Amino acid sequence: MASSQRNPRGFPAPPLFIGLAGLGAAFFLLPLAGLLVRTPWGSAWQLLTSPEALTALRLSLLASLSATAIALIVGVPLAWIFARIAFPGRAVLRALTVLPMVLPPVVGGVALLAAFGRRGLVGTWLEQAFGIHIPFTTAGAILAESFVAMPFLVITVEAGLRGMDLRFEDAARTLGARRWTVLWRVTLPLVRPSLVAGAVLCWARALGEFGATITFAGNFPGRTQTMPLAVYLALETNPDAAIVLSLVLLAVSLAVLIGLRDRWLGAS
Amino acid sequence: MSLEARIQASVSGFELDLQIAVGAGELVAVLGPNGSGKTSVLRVLAGLMPLDAGRVTLDGVVLDDPPTGVRVAPEHRPIGMVFQDYLLFPHLSVLENVAFGLRSRGTRRAAALTLASQWLERVGLEGYADRRPGSLSGGQAQRVALARALVTSPALLLMDEPMAALDASTRVELRRELRRQLESFDGVRLVVTHDPVEAMAMADRLIILEQGRVLQSGSPAEVAQRPRSRYVADLVGVNLYRGRARETVIALTGGGSLTVAEAADGEVFAVVHPRTVALYRTRPDGTPRNVWEGRASDLDLEGDRVRVRLEGSPSIVAEVTPAAVRDLGLDRGDPVWISVKATEINVYPS
Repeated sequence: MASSQRNPRGFPAPPLFIGLAGLGAAFFLLPLAGLLVRTPWGSAWQLLTSPEALTALRLSLLASLSATAIALIVGVPLAWIFARIAFPGRAVLRALTVLPMVLPPVVGGVALLAAFGRRGLVGTWLEQAFGIHIPFTTAGAILAESFVAMPFLVITVEAGLRGMDLRFEDAARTLGARRWTVLWRVTLPLVRPSLVAGAVLCWARALGEFGATITFAGNFPGRTQTMPLAVYLALETNPDAAIVLSLVLLAVSLAVLIGLRDRWLGAS
Repeated sequence: MSLEARIQASVSGFELDLQIAVGAGELVAVLGPNGSGKTSVLRVLAGLMPLDAGRVTLDGVVLDDPPTGVRVAPEHRPIGMVFQDYLLFPHLSVLENVAFGLRSRGTRRAAALTLASQWLERVGLEGYADRRPGSLSGGQAQRVALARALVTSPALLLMDEPMAALDASTRVELRRELRRQLESFDGVRLVVTHDPVEAMAMADRLIILEQGRVLQSGSPAEVAQRPRSRYVADLVGVNLYRGRARETVIALTGGGSLTVAEAADGEVFAVVHPRTVALYRTRPDGTPRNVWEGRASDLDLEGDRVRVRLEGSPSIVAEVTPAAVRDLGLDRGDPVWISVKATEINVYPS
């Protein structure tokens, strides 16, 4: 009786099956436990405020927030186009735009080099016309993070725009609102939850970006060495520092998960 | 001030093809079943939907004229529109909602808010300025929507099913209130509805729409007295028969006959108001010219009256008091005698 209450609709699972599920759960929990157990709590604050760690922290914040800003500026219009305008090739363009979500980041980095590198598609021209050089600079790190993280914003905002009642825009127009007014005062406020969720997801992904950044921007402390890169490097020289930095990234991820829990964990 | 519109546009499933003229200060109701194109008419007039052909002018200003390529954008039309579920912006306060049109048209914030609060006062909602639309009742939301549409002093007010989102219990009172609010507006008023009672109670004139075409147009009394189709008769609640008259007897197309007071000849419409239909348990004697037996197929309580549908030759709808139903012991399926006085039948050529 008790078990049928716990599992009212399903068949009674074989014990082995439940055991495998437990193994799966442990697989996720053990690394987290390991991180917590291995954390040198006594020297954690000191490690975190060391010049190297602080530099990486500061750079990570700057780069991830800049990447999020870029994503908002060009990603929201892109999401709007995908949601509202039917044009030939939309499906293909949309697929290519979200490709970085499944693309190995290192491939993204190589692709960015091919486009913006010294001898790249746009890079040559940028260098000759403006003397702008993007790879292996902070701007490069920001670009790499934008490339990998923006799709999260685009698909989240697009879903929000698709779910919105378009008649609110009609109402605004009959009240004399021009296009920009409709966009600023009606459309964007109405999809605010999606904008916030998309921006947070995008930021979290940018903060954790490793592969594309190290490929396209390198690993220069103070310029392109963001936290994930610092963690990787510290692992060989100063494992304690690596663990403390990892803990910070873990805390941020957890905060994002909890902050957006209604989106993923349901109302319960 | 007046609106003149000749509208031809394709809507999903059918063609909209109609002509509407509304004078200054006139309140016209466009009445029709769901899917008759009513809302599309409003959307065309608001500029939210393009015309294929035709022409729309408001106070002599051309708003739409496809041959010359004129199509004034919605935001540049002097219109106010109240949408079916009001569509108050959920992220703005009630006051900001009302001020939206003024702000969009370039009024400074302070001035816009002042004028908006005056309008809130006018619709009796001065205490609700800071509320969110989500916390308002249906009737309050309707008044905010009306204030929001009227605050910019439009020349044309369009209302899409203004009562549909309201509770049935409060509808009568709110309709009276809406009518009062609308009376103080001197522009052209066009209300779209599927509810004949609402249309007849509010409008100076009815335009009845079906499948994108005007079926009939006229004052509520005219339309109720002389409905030009079975649909309109059903809509406005009267019994409409078609038949061939010879002297004072009309042989009805659907079977049965009616004796009328005035002699006529040829194809006619005969209208019997349900109120004038009398019901008896046994065959009545006396003067009524038209007496026949029927069977009650349906009883509907509507306000303080019961509408009884009767199958017979002809079938007819009677409107009686609940007390009468009780006295007759009338129930669904019961046989009953029907009588209609010849003088109560309206006849006009079809």
